[in-house]
Amino acid sequence: MAEFSTSLEKPDSRPAGGLAAAMGRPAAQAPTGRAALSIRNLTKTYASGTQALKGVSLDIAEGDFFALLGPNGAGKTTVIGIVMGLVTKTAGTVSVFGHDIDRDHARARKFIGVVPQELNFNIFEKVMDIVVNQGGYYGIPRKVAIERAEEILHPLGLWEKRWEVSRTLSGGMKRRLMIARALVHRPQFLILDEPTAGVDVELRRGMWDYLRSLRESGTTILLTTHYLEEAEQLCKHAAIINHGEIIASGTIKDILARLKSERVTLDLAAPAAQQAAALLAGYRPVVVDPSTVEVEVDEGRGIGPAVVTLQDNDIPVQMVRPKSGRLEEVFLRLTSGNGGAP
Amino acid sequence: MSPAEIWTSFYTIIRKDVVRILRIWPQTFLPSIVTSILYFLVFGAFLGSRIGAFDGVPFINFVVPGLVMLGVVTNAFSNVATVMFSSKFMARNIDEILVSPTPPIVLVAGFVTSGVVRGVLVGISVLVVALFFAEISFHSVPVILLFLVLTSIALALAGLINGVYAKSFDGISIVPTFVLAPLIYLGGVFYSVDVLPAFWQQVTHFNPLFYVIDGFRYGFLGISDVSVGISLAVLLAVNLVFAGIAWYFIRTGLGLRQ
Repeated sequence: MAEFSTSLEKPDSRPAGGLAAAMGRPAAQAPTGRAALSIRNLTKTYASGTQALKGVSLDIAEGDFFALLGPNGAGKTTVIGIVMGLVTKTAGTVSVFGHDIDRDHARARKFIGVVPQELNFNIFEKVMDIVVNQGGYYGIPRKVAIERAEEILHPLGLWEKRWEVSRTLSGGMKRRLMIARALVHRPQFLILDEPTAGVDVELRRGMWDYLRSLRESGTTILLTTHYLEEAEQLCKHAAIINHGEIIASGTIKDILARLKSERVTLDLAAPAAQQAAALLAGYRPVVVDPSTVEVEVDEGRGIGPAVVTLQDNDIPVQMVRPKSGRLEEVFLRLTSGNGGAP
Repeated sequence: MSPAEIWTSFYTIIRKDVVRILRIWPQTFLPSIVTSILYFLVFGAFLGSRIGAFDGVPFINFVVPGLVMLGVVTNAFSNVATVMFSSKFMARNIDEILVSPTPPIVLVAGFVTSGVVRGVLVGISVLVVALFFAEISFHSVPVILLFLVLTSIALALAGLINGVYAKSFDGISIVPTFVLAPLIYLGGVFYSVDVLPAFWQQVTHFNPLFYVIDGFRYGFLGISDVSVGISLAVLLAVNLVFAGIAWYFIRTGLGLRQ
């Protein structure tokens, strides 16, 4: 399943003009500060009575790579469903590049490309037909759509498969096909709902590279993901949604700053975890195994003094590593109602 | 969207479905052709001479318009019902159109036109088959075309309504089996309403497909049980009712948005 990283052509091996040309715009566009997406007081109550959104407000600047994070059922799919036009909102406003999705529906839609979480193409259709037909729904003449399909399918490693029926594609290729389909009308704002859910690590990394290159070509990207490492690696800004409300938003750095302490794992050179724990009582230690101890380092304190203490007592430290992704730590604390406090 | 873009989207919806209809011809054309051949064999070659004539027309010639309409009705209906249902529940590929700027009315017009194309193509196919078994006369080609197209539109709209409402496969098989089939078989495909007892003649006049078949038959043979004007009026009224329901669906999001 290493196909994404192996068959996906690198930017320098793409057809003339590369991805930026394929997207119909000059390469390396700088963010302008204009809002690609602006959401104000968005609410949604489903027919069942479930209040999925309770007044969400959100801004994503043009050129941003934005992560919308939240546990299952938090409301992130409802938010992007409303932006995509698949869910009707109860109240609030949504505009895409200044175009209200109600009043200026068609223009707003032209800016958006959508990569849903679930495969939603006809498995009996050919790859080329799926991409070209999608262009048709955006009013792009067939001849033009075919030319664009070639530009998009090459870098996604699907050109050789263009006449294959889509059900014969591998799982990774099907995901790439959904990205190709979303790009045929050259959207300036791409929404990806859990694009790497259920794909293996290598394929995920390949997809990350591709999304970075899309971002470099000037596309604004909104990503929802369960993999917080993904958001940490790719995104500049993020918002965390829980129970239908935004509970944190800003730069990834700002969100991480809410982490007042971090769990750190110390791998010891000898099986002396019990003695180490006794020496580091102030760090709230937990013995993991005879050679490993976990400690909690409060903001501003640093792990250095703890390592020195152990060295001074003839317990050399082989490795110091964070226990888990830092964003994951913030996320867990915020969504469990712990407010980011240690 | 500009008019040119709307046309492109409309054309794309139709092209996609017509390609599908032609690709799966054993499912879309063959059943109606095989069924009509069987009817022509039984009622023409085997039983035709014993049954005699209706209104001076040999029986096999009398049943041809009804059998053509049987194919038109079932295919125009099932095409839209099946496409709407499967793209809503199976692949969920209706989202491809819903996320685009394509207006809902273009989506509906595209689906209905595809149903009309299939209904008309199947009708022509059955008619071509009939040429081998019966002597086909064309009393009024405009009437034939009018009934062919209006019936296809009405049943395609009905299929759309069924497809929107259906929540399971049963939901799209019940109407063709338990509603359309009885209405068409009891609507005078094989007989003139004059041969029925008075009570059943009255009942038949409440069957809209009776008017469809009677008017269509008039286009071929120049004979009918009721005035072709009345048949046309009923067909137009059915179209208006179904179009009104379809318009309501468009206004309310076709039941496709949460």
